[in-house]
Amino acid sequence: MITLSNVKKSFGNNHVLRGVDLDVARGSSMVIIGGSGTGKSITIKSVLGLIPPDSGTITVDGTDVTKADRDAFLARFGMLFQGAALFDSLPVWQNVAFRLLRGSLKKPKAQAREIAIEKLRRVGLTPDVADRLPAELSGGMQKRVGLARAIAADPEIIFFDEPTTGLDPIMAGVINDLIREIVVEMGATAVTITHDMTSVRAIADNVAMLHNGIIQWTGPVADIDTATDPYLSQFIHGRAEGPIEAVR
Amino acid sequence: MKFLASIGAASLGLFGAIGRVVIFAVQTLGHMIRPPFYLRELALSLLNIGWLSLPVVGLTAFFTGGALALQIYAGGARFNAEAVVPQIVAIGMVRELGPVLVGLMIAARVTSSIAAEIATMKVTEQIDALVTLSTHPMKYLTVPRVLAATLVVPLLVAIGDIIGIFGGYGVATGTLEFNSAAYIRNTVDFLEFRDVVSSLVKGGVFGFIAALMGCYYGMNSGRGAQGVGRATKGSVEAAAVLILAANFVLTGVFFSL
Repeated sequence: MITLSNVKKSFGNNHVLRGVDLDVARGSSMVIIGGSGTGKSITIKSVLGLIPPDSGTITVDGTDVTKADRDAFLARFGMLFQGAALFDSLPVWQNVAFRLLRGSLKKPKAQAREIAIEKLRRVGLTPDVADRLPAELSGGMQKRVGLARAIAADPEIIFFDEPTTGLDPIMAGVINDLIREIVVEMGATAVTITHDMTSVRAIADNVAMLHNGIIQWTGPVADIDTATDPYLSQFIHGRAEGPIEAVR
Repeated sequence: MKFLASIGAASLGLFGAIGRVVIFAVQTLGHMIRPPFYLRELALSLLNIGWLSLPVVGLTAFFTGGALALQIYAGGARFNAEAVVPQIVAIGMVRELGPVLVGLMIAARVTSSIAAEIATMKVTEQIDALVTLSTHPMKYLTVPRVLAATLVVPLLVAIGDIIGIFGGYGVATGTLEFNSAAYIRNTVDFLEFRDVVSSLVKGGVFGFIAALMGCYYGMNSGRGAQGVGRATKGSVEAAAVLILAANFVLTGVFFSL
């Protein structure tokens, strides 16, 4: 289980996280929604230690993330970045097998390549993509490669940062389905951040709404349409009027 | 009062920046001696910084050596000292122009490329991706580049020195009617071991500075295309100034003591 307790983070006078409390149950799929600039990315980057919080505690299975052995801790995670964040200089298969080619999970090169090709196949890409460079791929294909990299080492926890941003609706649907299938199949704990409501309905078991630096509402995805929280209601219906200020 | 405050703020900013660069350099050296070591990255950096810089280094040194021979001949003619061309070309290239010009060409070619590459990696979250893949960015990106530059720039300087001397030799024997054998003998006889050592040490220091500045500015770049542009520009400026400052200090150490 991932638990965030009273997590705060500021950049100068910009108080991004003002006390985030969130529980993500093991094996569940949590989707954090909220407008742009509300701190969704900061929240998951805090868990990974990419952006250390100013205060509060973050635990994974009861262990404080700041006290865990860094390598062993990170080996439990996979992450799909918003822009895929593939390494330009490496061919696709080496991107996917990056973790398997070095460090504590290192495997022989041929085996790592085999696993990479299998993961590429799992996300719907043919083996001929393996030797191409990321720049030769479309945005949708890059996202798939990023997804293959995130699952390459069979992580227990996977983070998805805006997985459908910049994709056409059909490709977004394909990525949503893939994420759902993979998370269920692997039994992984998933945390997704998005403002795409189609993604929310496709991926989530539970939803948390982040606004003004705190979690305004959290509950099962089935409840989002009937919830009375004005922030959530305004967000999911995309209304300009409501407690969330819309800058015109 | 405001004037004094602005001087104080600027001084604090400058010392803060120096401190951050020093800490970055110490961290780089610390990671250099602790595993894991990324040998493939080191080999790629050696190729990129060393082998692929040879054309620009060679051409720069050749033309500089040639121009130096012409200048010394023309200047020396004013007091009947045209014959010193081989000696002055040799000493000028090996002690100063070889290392400094190679250092500056490396700053232009390598520092800028390292800063732009790492800064782009930063703004596209590739650095964050490295961390999530249990890979320390300093070990994977900074150490191979800095180590490769420190090892390979002395070689480039040595090659630059030789090509520069041959540039002078070509001009002197081709157009200034110097005797070929005498030119080479004068060059070899005049150069001291200390000249060559100073040239190579300068090369190592300049290589370290050039790669370190590229990595430092890349890792600390701001957001977006403007951030990448600023990081690239800042890295080349800082590398060039530090190379010239280090050259002054090293020249003092080698030849004034």
